[in-house]
Amino acid sequence: MTLQGVKKSYGGGKSPRVEVLHGIGLQLVEGEFAALLGPSGSGKSTLLNIMGLLETPTAGELHIAGTATAGLDDAARTALRNRYLGFVFQFHHLLPAFSALENVMMPLFAGQGRVTSQDRQRAAMLLQRVGLAEHAAKQPVQLSGGQQQRVAIVRALMNRPRLVLADEPTGNLDTQTANEVFALLHELNREDGTTFLIVTHDQRLADGCPRQIRLLDGRLQPDGWLSPAPSASGR
Amino acid sequence: MNFVWTVAWRLLREGRFQTALILAGVSIGVGVIVYITAIVSGLQANIIDRTLSTQAHVVLRPADIVNQAPLTVPGSVKLADIAKRTQRENTIANWSGIVARVRGTPNVSAVAAMASGPGVAQQGGVRKSIVLMGVELDDYCQVVRLDNKLQAGRLLLPTGTALIGKELAADLGLQPGGRLRLQAATGGSQSMTVGAILDFGLKDLNKRWVLLPLREAQNLLGFQRDVTEIYIKSERLFEAESLAANLALATGLTADSWQSSNGQLVTALKSQSASSLMIRVFVTFAVALGIASVLVVTVVQRQREIGILRAMGTPASRILAVFLLQGGLVGLFGSLFGSLLGAAMSVGISRLALTEDGSPLFPVVLDGELFVTTALIATLVGVLAALLPALRAARLDPVEAIRG
Repeated sequence: MTLQGVKKSYGGGKSPRVEVLHGIGLQLVEGEFAALLGPSGSGKSTLLNIMGLLETPTAGELHIAGTATAGLDDAARTALRNRYLGFVFQFHHLLPAFSALENVMMPLFAGQGRVTSQDRQRAAMLLQRVGLAEHAAKQPVQLSGGQQQRVAIVRALMNRPRLVLADEPTGNLDTQTANEVFALLHELNREDGTTFLIVTHDQRLADGCPRQIRLLDGRLQPDGWLSPAPSASGR
Repeated sequence: MNFVWTVAWRLLREGRFQTALILAGVSIGVGVIVYITAIVSGLQANIIDRTLSTQAHVVLRPADIVNQAPLTVPGSVKLADIAKRTQRENTIANWSGIVARVRGTPNVSAVAAMASGPGVAQQGGVRKSIVLMGVELDDYCQVVRLDNKLQAGRLLLPTGTALIGKELAADLGLQPGGRLRLQAATGGSQSMTVGAILDFGLKDLNKRWVLLPLREAQNLLGFQRDVTEIYIKSERLFEAESLAANLALATGLTADSWQSSNGQLVTALKSQSASSLMIRVFVTFAVALGIASVLVVTVVQRQREIGILRAMGTPASRILAVFLLQGGLVGLFGSLFGSLLGAAMSVGISRLALTEDGSPLFPVVLDGELFVTTALIATLVGVLAALLPALRAARLDPVEAIRG
């Protein structure tokens, strides 16, 4: 994913125009594990929404898997989102009317309109991988917070996305559970080569990430790299 | 597993309280519609049935003879003023050919010729004004049922017998087998045996109607071989008017349908139908508004889930379909419950409210067509009512929806 000169401003008309992002240039390399850090109000969420194709930039370009996204209509952006992106939210946001297994299958179900028994097997395999095989039939409310977030993480992986965007994925978990969930993300990154971008305000967790992207007042800070950038042969 | 069906169904199942509320609303609305329709169509069928039990659907009568007044041109001198007197009763001659032709007309199920005229019945010095109605009993019974009107005697009409109404029988103290003298207003008179006593359902008819063999009525009334009316039963009750128009053209006679002979009844039935239609339309509107308002609340309550679904790549059209389907499902299931409710209410009242003779005060008509139509309309109304909430759901901005 590449961003070039991405700007985003809100308001206009009668209310004063506020620019939140002042030209972001950023490239995420396949297979990397990056943390996005920044104080509240720095524009983290806006940047994440733009990268997730949930908001359109006011100016600048966003390429995803080689496709330019400017000027695409909602249906096309929805299809791209479904195909290439996975989302993990701060609050797990599992659908309460569906079992854990069905929640994991949901991105595929929503995109294709139907699921096959193979898809079901893949979802079960994903749950097994995060140690929740025996909880597949349970409703979200029957699971603990950590279990819910693990279901939400494998849900994001269901469609084999190129990039998983995680917004404070450990934000409402206790420290130990947060560490476990973070370790799981690392593991999935190492084993599958899935690219992760994780928004967090927890410096301790960010320290565990090979790349740290810092956002301050709508601008990227230059010293983003802790370790040398991984080569493009991440996978 | 289909996404739209699964999600629509799960959301309905999960939102139990709202689903129950909305289903109750639709059920009550549909129940009222079914109930009103059943009662009104039952009443109407009953009224028409009662009214037509002594009437033909179409009656052919002799064409009106019009007096053509001579033109008087101003300034001219009138030399003579010749006015023809009425020569004889206005009757239908050579009617057997007409009857045969009417029988061959589509939609005609039975035809009966009748020679009728005013007369007097005498017995033991009592004289009662009557209508002499000469008929071929077999033909007449096919147009107007008599077997359900028989009170005493046998439904046969050999030469020398007459069938009389129960009031006349009471007035003259007659039983089947008794004798009475029939006199036509034109002077002819003949002694007859009472063959049967009938109840025509109306006091006036029971006092006046006397059925006798056609041949004898023609002799008494001095019609020779002519008749005065041709009674026709139509296969399609509500097409009697167009049948009458066709027959009038084909025969050159005056044709009256039951609708034109019962103008007030038809008007009453029409206004009753119109008011029941109004009730149905307004109830449908109320049901639609109920569905829409509950679904709007549901969309607001579920906006975070909708946002999540949109974020993970659910096309807006699929979200739209989920809520339209919910409306349709609610309409369909509501109409099924409502049909049961309405049927139960109407059958209940027809069993509870009885007239003095034990027949239902509100005879109800429940046909399958009513249920099928109601279910179709309710489903369609459900989908239409869901349109606004569904559009609202489909247009939700995922970012704002998730943020709440």
